[in-house]
Amino acid sequence: MSGHIVAVRVYIGVFLSLLVLTGVTTWVAFIDLGPLNAVVALAIATVKMLLVILFFMHVRYSGGLTRIVILTGFLWLALLIALTMTDAFTRQWSPLPEGWGASTATPQSPR
Amino acid sequence: MSTANTELVAAPRVHYLNASYGVKSWLLTTDHKRIALLYLASITLMFFVGGSAAVLMRLHLIEPQGALVQPETYNKLFTMHGVVMVFFFLIPSIPAVLGNFLVPMMIGARDLAFPRLNLLSWYVYVIGALFTLYALLTGGVDTGWTFYTPYSSTYAKTQVIATALGVFITGFSSILTGLNFVVTIHKMRAPGLTWFKMPLFLWAMYATSIIFILGTPVLAITIFLLALERLLHVGIFDPALGGDPLLFQHLFWFYSHPAVYIMILPGMGVVSELITCFSRKKIFGYTFVAFSSMSIAVISFLVWGHHMFVTGQSIYAGLIFSLLSFLVAIPSAIKVFNWTATLYKGSISYQAPMIYALGFIGLFTMGGLTGLFLASLATDVHLNGTYFIVAHFHYIMVGGAVMAYLGGIHFWWPKITGRMYPDMWARIAAVIIFFGFNLTFYPQFILGYLGMPRRYAVYPAEFQVLNVMSSAGASILAIGYVIPLIYLIWSMRYGPVASSNPFHAKGLEWQTPSPPPTENFEEIPVVTEEAYAYGSEESAHA
Amino acid sequence: MHDAAAAGAHPAALRHHFEDLDQQQEAGNLGMWVFLVTEIMFFGGLFAGYAIYRAEFLPAFEAGSRLLDIQLGATNTAVLIGSSLTMALAVHAAQTGKRNAQVFFLLLTMVLGAAFLGIKYVEYAHKWEHHLVPGLRFAPDEMLKPGTSLPNVQLFFCFYFFMTGLHGLHMIIGMGIMAVLTRMAWKGRFHSGYYAPVEVSGLYWHFVDIVWIFLFPLLYLIGGRY
Repeated sequence: MSGHIVAVRVYIGVFLSLLVLTGVTTWVAFIDLGPLNAVVALAIATVKMLLVILFFMHVRYSGGLTRIVILTGFLWLALLIALTMTDAFTRQWSPLPEGWGASTATPQSPR
Repeated sequence: MSTANTELVAAPRVHYLNASYGVKSWLLTTDHKRIALLYLASITLMFFVGGSAAVLMRLHLIEPQGALVQPETYNKLFTMHGVVMVFFFLIPSIPAVLGNFLVPMMIGARDLAFPRLNLLSWYVYVIGALFTLYALLTGGVDTGWTFYTPYSSTYAKTQVIATALGVFITGFSSILTGLNFVVTIHKMRAPGLTWFKMPLFLWAMYATSIIFILGTPVLAITIFLLALERLLHVGIFDPALGGDPLLFQHLFWFYSHPAVYIMILPGMGVVSELITCFSRKKIFGYTFVAFSSMSIAVISFLVWGHHMFVTGQSIYAGLIFSLLSFLVAIPSAIKVFNWTATLYKGSISYQAPMIYALGFIGLFTMGGLTGLFLASLATDVHLNGTYFIVAHFHYIMVGGAVMAYLGGIHFWWPKITGRMYPDMWARIAAVIIFFGFNLTFYPQFILGYLGMPRRYAVYPAEFQVLNVMSSAGASILAIGYVIPLIYLIWSMRYGPVASSNPFHAKGLEWQTPSPPPTENFEEIPVVTEEAYAYGSEESAHA
Repeated sequence: MHDAAAAGAHPAALRHHFEDLDQQQEAGNLGMWVFLVTEIMFFGGLFAGYAIYRAEFLPAFEAGSRLLDIQLGATNTAVLIGSSLTMALAVHAAQTGKRNAQVFFLLLTMVLGAAFLGIKYVEYAHKWEHHLVPGLRFAPDEMLKPGTSLPNVQLFFCFYFFMTGLHGLHMIIGMGIMAVLTRMAWKGRFHSGYYAPVEVSGLYWHFVDIVWIFLFPLLYLIGGRY
């Protein structure tokens, strides 16, 4: 078998970094950064994800095919979200036809 | 090649069909060829279930007020027809039957990468089918195969959840098949078989598998959300509670538009094999055809919004989706042009599979071109929800996918069963199907253009002539589908024994005996020549 | 098994249709990665819905987020990261052929997985007590800010339960796989020449961890807790 064996201290290092990042992201949640809170939280999550993928899942040591497969997965997830957003975020751009109540956009009445 | 015992000349050769006997040897098999036959039996059954619903609908529509059933029943009929045909026949048809049988043979492997997963996928399919059939027998479902919310989630009084679960479960069968094909094609090709020496059928299977893998999970989660919404009424798709019913359509079509290409891409792969074999020519522009399969797979994910032009979807999103939809025409046209260029100056023989292939090219072209009408925003407003759409997608799915499927079944039938079918009957059936099909669906283009809406049990009297024509065509089409069923079953026992390569075709699957041994090849072949190297030995058998 | 006939030439773990163990391991590895891509898309539908509704009903989603227990969420993140470490160490033990270490780390992974699910259960029970379960029992006790409608907060909790529930289901399946692996490891089936099942299951476990790494900020953290 030709699998790469990662040293235990690398695993420990990644583990500690992940714990630190979890602490940091929790701490940041209590600081008011405005809309940046979401950006920072997701950025930290992405870094954590990369650490897991590259070291725990050995992608740092594996071939191009695995990387292409992973990238395709994330690219398609992005396509799904982005193209759905093209509708959700531009629907308000055109005015409703005459006589249609604005209430159709955000109805508040519970059932 | 043959391992027949020299002393006992009469002793039958051991192959995958007679290697073991008994129900258990079939239900627990991990042989991809036997699993293909299990799939063949199940999807044939589902095809005739869905087909009978279609026949009942067409009979009903002979009279403007409806001749046969109550409007509620009619709604259930078209839903059943759609659900069964899309999810239980068309999507698994070529991949699960021909793909299962041929992918390992064409790449020179002994089996798919994960044989047990392959068997599991069949069981998952059967469980899903049973769920759906149960739902259809205990009251049916009337939402249309698209399960649009909020009707399906809030108002429908029929078996939505059981049907949806059936579709949900069957989705995992496609995922497993797609996963198996991708890994097999990547990791198990015979020595020398590079990507660009592969038959184009394999490129089509690979592209299809990518859609299975990337699209089907989204359908699964969407159906799952629909079932939860129906059970709990929490408002995910209910505008009264802040939900967005269009979100359902977005997620649904994210899979279900690419699903159209799941149906047609394998057919394109089959046709590339048939055209080359029966015109004795190398395919024109191999790399273009191969890459057009891949680009169809990719672009198919970018166009789903064209199903939603007349919903509340934003007009700006509509513009983007319309533009992207036109892009699909490019790789599709490349294929059609390359097939016709392959035919040019070929020595064409009109055997049954070739008649299906030629029918495919014509009908697919019509289906594809009418698709452009629907991709343009303004025209779509007029045509959406009419019989024009019904005719358009039947030209793709029946005129395209089913013709290719039947062509493929005939082409590889000698390999699968070791017997020849009666060629004259096969030709007659192919011609009957072609005419029956056109008579059924061409009038529907006109009906739709004149404004007759789909999914109604009644229609104005002035549309009767065209409707009767369509119903007459449907009867001819039904006869055309029953004839192959009869003679193919007949041929399994009484057909003349087939040689290992009755059509003098290229490709690894023809280099092994018919039917193939359990391990496919006595020895794993080494590939040296390109795909479709027709012409080099033509004089030998001409 | 078919390979019995050719046992002389083939290692015991090699299945009949592969040429050698390398090909078998590569196929298994690629198969798992492709499967994980389907999982990305499976969760992806939920993420897409969450993104759209959050953008549309931001105040309600932030109000809902603040009703979650951030301490339990952070603890669970740490627990799950720990289980990923032990899983990675189990793979390491398999690669280096240490049987007792394999069994130890697999069991530890299962214990940490169980701890995660236990904490999750505490959270769910808490939500049930406070009437925060959409559809079945939804009537928050706490006052909501003006501008946040109740159905929209309920929508947030729908996604909370669907996403964490689906994640929890994956954890349970993962622990089932661990149990099988532990048994195989106990029997000494894995060694430096054959450890593919441990490695491939590890990929699955780490993926489940990654899903949580995103669920934690999306559900617990970005609710404006300042």
